[in-house]
Amino acid sequence: MSSEKEPLFSSKNLKLLTTPLGAQNPITVQVLGICSALAVTAKLEPSIVMSLSVVFVLVFSNLIVSLLRNTIPSRIRIIVQLTIVASLVILVDQILKAFAYEVSKQLSVFVGLIITNCIIMGRLEAFALGNKPWPAVLDGFGNAAGYGLILVIVGFVRELFGTGNLTFPGIGEVQIVPDIVYEWGYVDNGLMILPPMALITVGIIIWVQRSKNKDLVDIS
Amino acid sequence: MDRQGNKYTFLYASVMVIVVATVLAFVAEALNPIQKKNEEEAKMIDILKSVSIESTTANVAEKYEQYIGENVYIVNFEGERQDVKPQAAFNIDLSKEVRKPLSDRQYPVFECHLDNGEVKYILPVRGKGLWGPIWGYVALNEDKNTIFGATFDHKGETPGLGAEISTDAFQQQFKGKTIFDNGELVSVNVVKGGVPDDAPHGVDAISGGTITSKGLDDMLEDYFNGYEAFLKK
Repeated sequence: MSSEKEPLFSSKNLKLLTTPLGAQNPITVQVLGICSALAVTAKLEPSIVMSLSVVFVLVFSNLIVSLLRNTIPSRIRIIVQLTIVASLVILVDQILKAFAYEVSKQLSVFVGLIITNCIIMGRLEAFALGNKPWPAVLDGFGNAAGYGLILVIVGFVRELFGTGNLTFPGIGEVQIVPDIVYEWGYVDNGLMILPPMALITVGIIIWVQRSKNKDLVDIS
Repeated sequence: MDRQGNKYTFLYASVMVIVVATVLAFVAEALNPIQKKNEEEAKMIDILKSVSIESTTANVAEKYEQYIGENVYIVNFEGERQDVKPQAAFNIDLSKEVRKPLSDRQYPVFECHLDNGEVKYILPVRGKGLWGPIWGYVALNEDKNTIFGATFDHKGETPGLGAEISTDAFQQQFKGKTIFDNGELVSVNVVKGGVPDDAPHGVDAISGGTITSKGLDDMLEDYFNGYEAFLKK
């Protein structure tokens, strides 16, 4: 231990929180967690709730694995991680069912699918196993937020152009495109609701991001 | 102890499994009553919604008591009323019934007495969508032919596609449709490509949700066949 205690939000720690939002974004740069990004983003509300659930699971699994990191036998570490993640996911599912029944009905199978989200296992292996609890928590939060950011953007774009509405948790469906625009001949693009458009939307985000940040362009 | 040895690994795994199992079992047991209550309330809300009575978790128990109360019973495939308590009829688990052949199933009927004295028969239905079960409640008028209202829900259909069966826009289409044609059971068909508004036995399917629409179609036909004897009485 160094004699001088590192402040909780030192620049090194803050970096853990902010790089996953941009230059190390799990979806657009590392291309992890794509599967769920396609599945839940047809509407804004499930995108938001899914992001929050992933934040919870990733922060706590990173924390727990980091606390246990010196005790986990390396040969079964993947199993141990999986057990921790799976238990947290079941916990989230049970709690949602008890205290936010409506939301749990909406997310249904997707909550269970958090277990298979590559970002979570990726962060546990790459970060939590080798770092102290506090940085691990920040790293978990940062990565889950980076994931959530893309999910919300994609959900926003798809629902707005696909249906002309936006659904918010707790508020419900709100019509965004005014009726007069429809009278002028505007038509919702039903294709936006279909899964391929999620891939294309993510692709456009990746394109925009890389054309702004040339470091990300892989020349090889 | 050697952290990489077999003994430690086995011990670690065993302790972890026991701890995790205990925690999860405890949480599941502790939350079970609340979840059960949520499920029952959600079921009551759905039932009342099929007769256009809007309710919330706060007032649903009261409204259910007012409009339906004890008027819940089970009929068999021959349409004969069975001797069971209303609570037991309410608790019939359709996910189990749906696996039995039509003639062995128990068919719950919720009789709803509206403020204006009209009686509606609410029939629960259940079937398969694309990813998992779909279910719903169909309310029939006193003639046991004209649909007064319908509500559908699903476990995990695709948002924006199959999941649209749980939207009002889709469910409104069922109002006023009839399931018999000159005494012949024809059910209500979910038609791809759309039907005219005044078609008596058809509604428009969901674009992009073909398998869910087909599943809904099958579900209605399956259950109306099961209820046929009761409906003809």
